[in-house]
Amino acid sequence: MQRVGVFVCWCGSNIAGTVDVAAVAEALKNEPGVVFSTDYQYMCSQAGQDIIKNAIAEHNLTGIVVCSCSPRMHEATFRKTAAAAGLNPYMVEIANIREQCSWVHKDMTTGTEKAIILGKAAVAKVNLNTPLTPGESPVTKRALVIGGGIAGIQTALDIADAGFPVDIVETKPTIGGKMAQLDKTFPTLDCAACILTPKMVDVAQNEKIRIFSYSEVEEVGGFVGNFDVKIKKKARYVKEDICTGCGACVDKCPMKKNPNEFNLGMDNRPAIYIPFAQAVPKVATIDPNACNMLKNGKCGLCARVCAAGAIDYTQKDEIIEEKYGAIVVATGFNPISMEKFDEFAYNQSKDVITSLEFERLTNAAGPTAGHLERPSDGKSPKTIVFVQCVGSRCDACSEKGKEYCSKICCMYTAKHAMLTRDKYPDTDVYVFYIDVRTPGKNFDEFYRRAVEEFGVKYIKGMVGKVTPEGDKLKVQASDLLSNKQLHIDADLVVLAAAIEPDKSARPLATMLTASMDTNDFFTEAHPKLRPVESPTAGVFLSGACQGPKDIPETVSQAGAAASKVIGLLAKDKLTGNPCVAHSNELMCNGCSSCERVCPYGAITYEDKEFRMPNRTTKIRRVASVNPAVCQGCGACTVACPSGAMDLKGFANSQIIAEVDAICK
Amino acid sequence: MNKNFIQEEILRSSGVNPKKCMKCGKCSATCPAYDEMEYHPHQFVSMVENGDIEPLMNSKSLYRCLSCFACIDRCPRSVQPAKLVEAVRLAVVRQQGKNHLTANDIPELIDDETPQQLLVSAFRKYTK
Repeated sequence: MQRVGVFVCWCGSNIAGTVDVAAVAEALKNEPGVVFSTDYQYMCSQAGQDIIKNAIAEHNLTGIVVCSCSPRMHEATFRKTAAAAGLNPYMVEIANIREQCSWVHKDMTTGTEKAIILGKAAVAKVNLNTPLTPGESPVTKRALVIGGGIAGIQTALDIADAGFPVDIVETKPTIGGKMAQLDKTFPTLDCAACILTPKMVDVAQNEKIRIFSYSEVEEVGGFVGNFDVKIKKKARYVKEDICTGCGACVDKCPMKKNPNEFNLGMDNRPAIYIPFAQAVPKVATIDPNACNMLKNGKCGLCARVCAAGAIDYTQKDEIIEEKYGAIVVATGFNPISMEKFDEFAYNQSKDVITSLEFERLTNAAGPTAGHLERPSDGKSPKTIVFVQCVGSRCDACSEKGKEYCSKICCMYTAKHAMLTRDKYPDTDVYVFYIDVRTPGKNFDEFYRRAVEEFGVKYIKGMVGKVTPEGDKLKVQASDLLSNKQLHIDADLVVLAAAIEPDKSARPLATMLTASMDTNDFFTEAHPKLRPVESPTAGVFLSGACQGPKDIPETVSQAGAAASKVIGLLAKDKLTGNPCVAHSNELMCNGCSSCERVCPYGAITYEDKEFRMPNRTTKIRRVASVNPAVCQGCGACTVACPSGAMDLKGFANSQIIAEVDAICK
Repeated sequence: MNKNFIQEEILRSSGVNPKKCMKCGKCSATCPAYDEMEYHPHQFVSMVENGDIEPLMNSKSLYRCLSCFACIDRCPRSVQPAKLVEAVRLAVVRQQGKNHLTANDIPELIDDETPQQLLVSAFRKYTK
């Protein structure tokens, strides 16, 4: 028989306001096994913990029940208290009489009644508790970063800096991500490439970092500290280790008319290409859908001009298997499609562009070498209209847009408008805004400079429609402050399209069993206190995959994620959760039900020899649980038809005892 | 009639929740009849929200709305301003009792600017 101590917490007035704590302590005194029962103002305080420690020693307790807040809050605290007093920490049960009782009840009588019942259930359970010892698992000291944009680059550099090897998996032929496509960065107007490319070179030269470019994560298994990952390295038909990036093949390739992804289709690239001059790795890639040699077996010009002999038309996709201790998701964002916004004539006119396209149009390495020209006829635009919040802040039932604020558009639009006025002072620049949101260091000052120093015309209101007419774009908009409808003949219209998580994020989340919100942004373990960790152990979040972010925020989060990874990889062993499933081999009938429902792949079957009557033996197929992989979800215990599968710490008998105590 | 009662009536019959409006003005930006109106679509929304109904009921703007529903189509917040205009029109008609639009009233309303379709739809709506 256990010797149980009951400790009822007031939580100030949080619990004591709705629950008669003294009555609860008194009522639980009479429960089986209870030898000591008391109440105190704050059990989690040092004085409260001392009460518990002293009672364990004085009354020789073998189990304790703390009637307090949710176990998510203080279970770990009270387990430590018990351990300090020499009690096995798994002999502690929490009855949640705050979140599940005092906070949801108004009446003292019902509150007290329910608190007593919850306490009785916990006492009934602790009577059946057994001391548990957590297992340990080793940590693979290598990290995987999925996504090679500024978020992934910064995370990888920081992890490598601490001495741990890192692999970056990037789906494009080069790392760099969205930042590589930008012209200048707000609010300081540093050139994006000038600050990004040195970091890309650092990544390439860092001995601890491997880059798997043009690659995708194919499969993820295992668990924190021990992930098994399959990475598909797509065939680029160029030997990466031999190619020098000289570009001779790019010049000679006859298949020149393919939309250039890096410039968002605003110019063309050959079938064999290097995305941009500072690409890392600087290696050519053949587009199999455009290459005549790969499609029809005719051509082979690139192989002939390649002095290094790097072209390999027979290259196949390759699967790389590697073990990792931690995984960082840095899959980033994309602007949403403008297809559904007919009113802005994005599909009708080449001169209606998105802000990211505008970045390429003003970038010295872009399709126009940095000269602001209209995509339709190459003329210099004299009147430019910027439209904010296109697809952001939409109603939940809107099919076109997103409910959230995309956060970065106010600032990059101010930047675009300011730079246009600076470089082309004879251009009229209008910005239509709903609100200007500039909560960042030097952000509002930047926006005010655009208005006051550079004469950008900010108009409170929205553009209603854009109609291409001749070589003009007729813009109809409202000016809410002067209560007028405006008609502007524009040469170029720039849409600040909402941003959304990359499409690869959802299948990846499924592979990682990491949770996402309704917008497909990865969910953090705690919105305030654990912002860079996924609720899935060992999976960390970096950059815009978690929510819209600008570059400084992304870099800070990348560093934070890296520090969490370093903290994990610095450990030699991880203490596991001892509340895992185990199978009673004598009862197991080998039906495989548990194996099918296990979401973590923790259950395997093995043939085992059992002694039978009359000195005979028999080989039977029985389930076996890998305690390091098992997360203790309990799905197998429910699926098992013979009752062989049970969960330590939450045994079927314990659950039934709780239910009995409640129903008594 | 009680001001709050009319406001509630208008909200009920239109099914519009003006609190969803984020005051972007896209309805007024998109409205083809904007210049004909004394009160513009975005003002309809805020005036109904504030219970400022009487000036709306007395305004010619009510009959300038073409019911083209461009504002409904383009509103990012799904507020449906045209439905509010329609509901205010209905409130006016209901206050008039049986004194609805008759065929005799039409010639007076015809001018070069008002599309015929508007008159046809109004006649259909306000005649038994």
